[in-house]
Amino acid sequence: MTSPRRPPTQRVVVTSPRTRAPRAPRPYPASREIDEQSELGAVYMRSLIRTQRRLGLLLCAVVCGSVAALPLVFALAPSVAAQRLFGLPLPWLLLGGLVFPVFVLAGWFYVRQAERGEREFAELVERS
Amino acid sequence: MSSTYGIVAVLVVAVGTVLVGTYGLRVSRTTSDFFVASRTVSPWWNASAIGGEYLSAASFVGIAGLIFAHGPDMLWFPVGYTAGYLVLLALVAAPLRRSGAYTLPDFAEARFGSAAVRAVASVLALGIGWLYLLPQLQGAGLTLHTLTGAPDWVGALLVAVVVTANVISGGMRSITFVQAFQYWLKLTAIAVPVVFLVMAWQAHGARDLTGPELPVFPRETAVSFDTDTSVHVDEPVVFRGAGAVDGRRVEGSAVLPEGEHSVAAGSRLVFPEGAAVPRVSTIPFNTNETWALPLRGGESFPLYAVYSLIIATFLGTMGLPHVIVRFYTNPNGRAARRTTLIVLGLLGIFYLMPPIYGALGRLYAPELLMTGDTDAVVLVLPSRMVDGLGGQLLGALVAGGAFAAFLSTSSGLMVSLAGVLSRDVLRLRTVRGFRVSTVLAVLVPLGMTLLVGRVPVADMVGLAFAVAASSLCPLLVLGIWSTRVSTVGAVAGMLAGGVPALVAGLVTISAGGGNVFLARPAAWTVPLGFVVMYVVSLLTPRRVPPGVNHVMVRLHAPENLGLRSQDRL
Repeated sequence: MTSPRRPPTQRVVVTSPRTRAPRAPRPYPASREIDEQSELGAVYMRSLIRTQRRLGLLLCAVVCGSVAALPLVFALAPSVAAQRLFGLPLPWLLLGGLVFPVFVLAGWFYVRQAERGEREFAELVERS
Repeated sequence: MSSTYGIVAVLVVAVGTVLVGTYGLRVSRTTSDFFVASRTVSPWWNASAIGGEYLSAASFVGIAGLIFAHGPDMLWFPVGYTAGYLVLLALVAAPLRRSGAYTLPDFAEARFGSAAVRAVASVLALGIGWLYLLPQLQGAGLTLHTLTGAPDWVGALLVAVVVTANVISGGMRSITFVQAFQYWLKLTAIAVPVVFLVMAWQAHGARDLTGPELPVFPRETAVSFDTDTSVHVDEPVVFRGAGAVDGRRVEGSAVLPEGEHSVAAGSRLVFPEGAAVPRVSTIPFNTNETWALPLRGGESFPLYAVYSLIIATFLGTMGLPHVIVRFYTNPNGRAARRTTLIVLGLLGIFYLMPPIYGALGRLYAPELLMTGDTDAVVLVLPSRMVDGLGGQLLGALVAGGAFAAFLSTSSGLMVSLAGVLSRDVLRLRTVRGFRVSTVLAVLVPLGMTLLVGRVPVADMVGLAFAVAASSLCPLLVLGIWSTRVSTVGAVAGMLAGGVPALVAGLVTISAGGGNVFLARPAAWTVPLGFVVMYVVSLLTPRRVPPGVNHVMVRLHAPENLGLRSQDRL
């Protein structure tokens, strides 16, 4: 070593969690809270129901609402109804063909979200 | 049209249905097998079965007929039938399966623990089922009549006998096979002819479907009238033939001037090629151009009619007894969702077809506008447009598919009706009770077919949807998503929505049509049902069932948590 001045050595306490050791079991698993209808269990369930309800209603409102707006559009703007696209009148193209893939996509999105919600709920319950 | 091939096709479908049903009989042993196929049906099987059951006479022949007569407003029928499944998926599918009940009354009891709620739900399920079974039998009569000229009751009786025998012998399990098989049969039967029809239309020069003229006879056409018919003539037309017009005997050539005329039953009039087609008075005046525009369907309040139809079909699907019973055959809530998603796809593909028949019918089978047998457009088009043997075979295929539609929907309805009857009315929870109930379930609508007037098939199905949407839909949606619904509220809501809708429906059917507010009641009865159910529930908080939180856990918690309160039946 060339440098004559070295910083004074210091002791540092390093701690780490004992990852191998089992965690102390919770006196009450959450699934039991739910089973026994405790306050906490009810809170868990309410949160799940609220999430799923919001998802379902939102999906219905957005998809069915926008499809159901079409008659109003056709009534208020007859020129829209007389439009043609790919040689077909617009109402026929929309109602006879395009809405169906939209419904399937919306359904696929819903199933994904609903299953994710349930998975997160299951993890929450099992972790605690 | 030539009938031999068609009759063969109908017989093949009927015999095939019985055979597939007997195959199911060998594995059908316990009561649970009978009612819900022991809950072991995979999503693809189940989705095909739901599709097979759901695509009824209304879907196969009715929609095309209505589009043919009334134009694109009627496209809301297929759109609504499909959207109904999206709503069902988003709001009902998984919790309904998790409720672990067999029939809708079972759900009512599981959720509310009340005999009164259960009884009201049973009565409504029966009413809806019968209202839905009736047009299936009528459609069968129409098909056989179109094929062979047999009286209308023959087809109805044939369907009733085949379905009853099948349900009695195999119950739900065999029905699952039958239904799944029939979805694919129906799709083939409606899609294959479409390819040939469109090719034929192209070969004939792809004539404009939305030209500015009235529908005209494409060739010299003989029109036979089975009933006294009042027709409207928009352009004077020369005809010859034998019969009675406006109460006077006609032999040989004559002229129909513009205006209303009545043609007596048994008349056979021949119209020349190119003459404008007179129309039945219930079909509105439309050139092909105006027919293709929305809101020209001839209703007195077209926008109200469309929205009422939208509400009924979007919300009514979940309340149909034969649709709901299918969900109990899924192994769990997750599978119930996946099944519903597949159903959405299957329905979407099928519903691309009927509008094509309806539109081509304006060019190739316009005389149906004059007889009023618009529901027959799907059946007659193939032999009209494709010459020779090919056309006859395609016609036979369509006839077989139509018959499959009546058989499968009636089977599903019978299973669910027999389930409700045996458990709630006769209180016989055995296989024998189920069989007795099946016979009872078919006799009522069979009797009704003889009494009622001629309402288009799809319109009558629309009424069943309206009743379901105004009574059982509020029960399901509020019951699943709100903890505040009381037993009093549930009963009040179902009655407030369901009874007016049912009465409006019966009035319309017995009068054979009528006021749009009665023929399409959903726009006012559905909000009525929901509001009454919720408000009465808020007013009677003491009558909220005590175990509601427990039930909510069962309906909503995923199955893989291993909750004890979810232990399944």
